[in-house]
Amino acid sequence: MGEATRTVWTRKDLIGIDGLGRDELELILDTAPQFAGVSARKSGIKRVPLLQGRLVVNWFHEPSTRTRTSFELAAKRLSADTLGIAASTSSSVKGETLHDTLSNIEAMHADVIVLRHGCAGAPHILAAAHESHIVNAGDGRHEHPTQALLDAFTMREHIRRVREDPEATLDGVKVTLLGDITHSRVARSDIMCLNALGAEVTLCGPATLLPMEIERMGVRVTYDLREAVHEADVLYALRIQLERQKAGLFPSLREYIRLFRLDNESLKHAPEHALIMHPGPINRDIELAAEVADGPRSVILEQVTNGVAIRMAILHLLVNGG
Amino acid sequence: MSLIIKNGHLIEPTQGISEPMDVLIDGDTVRRVGKDLDGDEVMDASGCVVCPGLVDIHVHFREPGYESKETIASGGRAAARGGFTTVVPMANTNPVIDNAGMVEFVNRRARETACIRVRPAASATKGMKGAEITEMAELKDVGAVAVTDDGKDIASSALLRRVLEYARMVGLPYLAHCEDEALAEGGHMNEGYTATHLGIPGIPKAAEEIRIDRNIRIAELTGAHVHIQHVTTKEGMAIVRRAKEKGIRVTCETGPHYWMLTDDAVRGFSTNAKMNPPLREEEDRLAIIEGIKDGTVDCLATDHAPHTRTEKEVEFEYAPFGVVGLETCLAMAVTGLVEPGHISLERMVELLTLGGARICNLEDAGVLREGGPADITIFDPKAEWTVDAGRFLSLSRNSPFDGMTVRGLVKRTLCAGRTVYEG
Repeated sequence: MGEATRTVWTRKDLIGIDGLGRDELELILDTAPQFAGVSARKSGIKRVPLLQGRLVVNWFHEPSTRTRTSFELAAKRLSADTLGIAASTSSSVKGETLHDTLSNIEAMHADVIVLRHGCAGAPHILAAAHESHIVNAGDGRHEHPTQALLDAFTMREHIRRVREDPEATLDGVKVTLLGDITHSRVARSDIMCLNALGAEVTLCGPATLLPMEIERMGVRVTYDLREAVHEADVLYALRIQLERQKAGLFPSLREYIRLFRLDNESLKHAPEHALIMHPGPINRDIELAAEVADGPRSVILEQVTNGVAIRMAILHLLVNGG
Repeated sequence: MSLIIKNGHLIEPTQGISEPMDVLIDGDTVRRVGKDLDGDEVMDASGCVVCPGLVDIHVHFREPGYESKETIASGGRAAARGGFTTVVPMANTNPVIDNAGMVEFVNRRARETACIRVRPAASATKGMKGAEITEMAELKDVGAVAVTDDGKDIASSALLRRVLEYARMVGLPYLAHCEDEALAEGGHMNEGYTATHLGIPGIPKAAEEIRIDRNIRIAELTGAHVHIQHVTTKEGMAIVRRAKEKGIRVTCETGPHYWMLTDDAVRGFSTNAKMNPPLREEEDRLAIIEGIKDGTVDCLATDHAPHTRTEKEVEFEYAPFGVVGLETCLAMAVTGLVEPGHISLERMVELLTLGGARICNLEDAGVLREGGPADITIFDPKAEWTVDAGRFLSLSRNSPFDGMTVRGLVKRTLCAGRTVYEG
């Protein structure tokens, strides 16, 4: 009997779920629990020295509280030095190119660059041309890989707990993503991540917010909320940007709520055990009724807690290998 | 002193010539075409095709206004390297080529600095603002060969009607960039699976097709000659084909990237795969080739659109639309159209010479005949080479073909009897 080959992390960057193998995704998920333990220490120091003396730069071209804070905490709990750069305007507006800005940051010997950017592919073009480790903290509508990993981790942990099976996987788990898919980087990364891990993904939202040929990403699409929640193990509501209504993508919040809100009424059609998830920030009572967001099925705050652990795992794997 | 091009295979579409022939040049004129000719200086064209200088009726030379992208001089050198001896630059410079003075400026700069023939197009509306018609009669008098607001469509169908009625009266073709602005707004690549996967806002094919259809219908209404630029979709090609069957005065072009590439080239976020209209899907690429094969396409044109490295080395969504094409066009035609057997070498030469010359009524271009100008391209259709954008003569490097190994290499280009490029 041969021993199973142990997966080793060899990539310089984490720029997307796209292209990662199941073994790599699971390596990240399997690395996270030890870091969840660090953050949860009741006594002593919530910190390990794995990134001591390293510099992690949080470079955010778009406003973000949750993701930026989560990365900053992850870096600090690994004992790294952190630096935040907020660029409120695009590089082209400022007159400095993205490459030039990164070259300047690198000239100060940064180790890891965590980039949030409004344009799809921004971390990809940087990763290909620069030495530092690039982590994609969201690029346009394209990907948000750390969110997808923390989502998958949260689902898997929950299933393992409920099934009392520490080896349980997401194979066959039915996940429904609800809302604005077109503009959602979370949706794209979640679809790719969940598919790679064996889950079955259904999308539900207004036709105006579902992009062309999305089915080819390996998902089922429905406009009917009842059908979407029926048999779902996980119900994942996406944030609806209120300006989409002004752009004419749906007629009114009232109608959106009537067709797509997760509330006690629509949940009647879902299985008892279905988990409620959301990437935050929530528009209370719009995509998610308050009673559902705060209800017993909701694991929204667990997602936030797990986010730090997943990001610690990723920073550790990128810098130290594994 | 005379020059003799010997041992080459002459292809001359207007006379239906495709056989070994010598060409005797005296000064700027072709003196004789025939077998076993003699002259003072011998140019050996063994293994090569000798044909009329190529014609490209869709280029952007950026002068005046954007001289760091390209100038009339540098664009001319790039054209010569690609085998082109006559080009039609578009009017979207800064300021716009929308009055006789601007046409004369381009003509003067061409005379003073360009090694090939530059026959400018003028804008169809003042400042390309889509509001008032330009002084087309005077523009024609000073040498404009077409009117176009290329880069933009004319949104108002009522104004377009007047533009076409007037252009017909003056006798200038209207070169139509077909794009429904509202439908295309905010898009950066073809709308389809690849755009969905990459999260890049898309431009639907319908944005182009709706306006191909509208522009042709107004051509029919007015009797004007409308030339559809850069057709990229299967349905767009079908619309042009049907219009031609109906006898409407419409011609069309397509460009190398549309028969060579699909929107898959955007994966990796390469801004050199970003142009407008965008790269489409495989079924469209095949339909473009079909249109070239069946004669729906009247000419091949590059839409040579130079942008600096600084402008292109940015986020995909911030990058300007456009790719250079003059220095790779012939190779793409040989590699993508002739070698796979879609069209003959003779037909390729016709599409790259006479096709465009006829559309813009460029009387002496696209022909090689005794007594005519010695605008001649000599190329080796079998020679293999690798595209190296770093060696382009264009000021810009934004080619989607960089690094590609292709066949078909220009050996020498003569314009008015003078060697303007030698490889």
